[in-house]
Amino acid sequence: MSATFLGMPGSFPKNAEKAVQNSQLRYNLRKATHTIRGKRASVVGELPDWQELRAAGKAIKDHTLRNLDRYLVQMEEAVTRAGGTVHWARDAAEANRIVTDLVKATGETEVVKVKSMATQEIDLNQALAAEGITAYETDLAELIVQLGDDFPSHILVPAIHRNRSEIREIFLDKMPKVPENLTDDPPALAEAARLHLRERFLKSKVAISGANFMVAESGTLVVLESEGNGRMCLTLPQTLISVVGIEKLLPSWRDLEVFLQLLPRSSTGERMNPYTSMWTGAVEGQEFHLVLLDNGRTDVLADEVGRQALRCIRCSACLNVCPVYERAGGHAYGSVYPGPIGAILTPQLRGMGSDLDASLPYASSLCGACYEVCPVAIDIPEVLVDLRAKAPHAAAERAGMKVAGWIFNDHTRLAKAQRAAIRLRKLVPKRLPGPLSAWTDTRDIPDIPEESFRDWWERNERA
Amino acid sequence: MSAREEILAKIGKAVAGAEDVEIPRDYRTTQQVEDLVGLFAERVDDYRAIVHVLPAAEVPAKIDELVAGRRMIRPGGEGWEDLNTADGVVTSCAVAVAETGTIVLDHGPGQGTRAQTLVPDYHLCVVRADQIVSCVPEAIARLDPARPLTWISGPSATSDIELNRVEGVHGPRTLEVIIST
Repeated sequence: MSATFLGMPGSFPKNAEKAVQNSQLRYNLRKATHTIRGKRASVVGELPDWQELRAAGKAIKDHTLRNLDRYLVQMEEAVTRAGGTVHWARDAAEANRIVTDLVKATGETEVVKVKSMATQEIDLNQALAAEGITAYETDLAELIVQLGDDFPSHILVPAIHRNRSEIREIFLDKMPKVPENLTDDPPALAEAARLHLRERFLKSKVAISGANFMVAESGTLVVLESEGNGRMCLTLPQTLISVVGIEKLLPSWRDLEVFLQLLPRSSTGERMNPYTSMWTGAVEGQEFHLVLLDNGRTDVLADEVGRQALRCIRCSACLNVCPVYERAGGHAYGSVYPGPIGAILTPQLRGMGSDLDASLPYASSLCGACYEVCPVAIDIPEVLVDLRAKAPHAAAERAGMKVAGWIFNDHTRLAKAQRAAIRLRKLVPKRLPGPLSAWTDTRDIPDIPEESFRDWWERNERA
Repeated sequence: MSAREEILAKIGKAVAGAEDVEIPRDYRTTQQVEDLVGLFAERVDDYRAIVHVLPAAEVPAKIDELVAGRRMIRPGGEGWEDLNTADGVVTSCAVAVAETGTIVLDHGPGQGTRAQTLVPDYHLCVVRADQIVSCVPEAIARLDPARPLTWISGPSATSDIELNRVEGVHGPRTLEVIIST
């Protein structure tokens, strides 16, 4: 069972410093992110109207968020009409209680799960375990993480930090009835997962999923996947419980024509993912429950700059192009949402009360590659800069900035300060002492010139 | 206050005064494709599915040839009944998308239940040429969200090992498509 992310110690710089020393991790990440970058670029390049799709995707999401209350009520009505039951959860604890009670009501103690960011975010597996219910992850990468007692490190491919031979080791070690001559050939590993889960799919009575999209107009839920474990979970069990963030909504059926083009091409770099399931309410005699999850989203919505993060469709294209993610890996972000999107989503959802969360807005070089590939045009650098301003700053830093502001605010003060600095220029060390060394550990102190530009101008041009 | 009321109230407060957004739909909603059947066949083949293009009159004989010796579920016809011991399933479809090589089932007549097209390891799908549309927007326009829908693009696969696509996980490992012209 993978341990919880909540309350993870450390800060991004400290975690990243450790991660970059792991050369196997860096090799795995580099290989995987470069593979997917190339694939994405090629299938996105096939569509001459990609920018138009992107503009539509952005606007549909913004329009939905602007009218989210109305569309949520519409969604609730449509699902109820189609025989489903809708529950509302203010936070993780409430959502976990609703799901736990629903599972208990079936009398089952085991559930199968489709990969879902929302249920990871609320730590549902832990909550179920505490009530004696075992949740089995069925997505291959989630299975690797769960069997390896590990943390997910990528939105789409939670085990991206593992290469094929490490995966083989985990399977040999933790999977009952695994063939002894298992090789590290990916088809052989996939086959092992197939055999491992087949019986469980056929006998499970309860499944838990998330959803990529929900359509308010029709009450339809949409799950995109590759392996067929999603179809197994959504189709075979008698009871289906879907936990979905309130921002996953789309107003109309037609809107899917945009997102079914944006998402597969951005995430796995395919023209289309192998399987997409769509269902409306209770289907083929199933019992269906939809849990609508807030868990901080309405707070994000209240922030005029930060709310664009709610457009995110969890494609992970921003992770795959990020130079920081490629080197530090997903664990350094200390959240189920790593990478650039995590750096703006996590501090907004959880607040910046911990060292880790307050350090996340700095986990970026602001190069802007994430914004460029984002299929819903989230201006991640803009939100990062805004969050940096809102993050708590040390008293010394605040005092220093105040002094700097006072000096820069008046040209005579600035000139005096510059001349004073020039007189002392020989005394400025290459590295600052004490706590100030945190600054010079990763940066050079700029050389102070013999004369300020303003004085040079005065001498040469005025005369 | 109930969770529902509280969440709705918080949303109302959060977006109060924000301007609404017009949705520009300047993307292509249809495409001129000279050879829809050819493009669809090529794109399905890209996923390492097996594709046949045949005149309608030859399709029944081809199906018989392909399923010979297999315990096949035949929705709407006489076939193998038990899901867990079936070798395969033969279905029709609701719509197919040329650009993405996708088949969509709405589980209407001849398409079986969702489980029937999932549990057996082999899926043989017959697509009529007139069911093929050029692109995703055209497919969405033809489909009814009230029905359960399954979009299938190639055999079951995963990208979870080093982000490379590998065919064959939980769904049917072999997808064979007959395009009936």
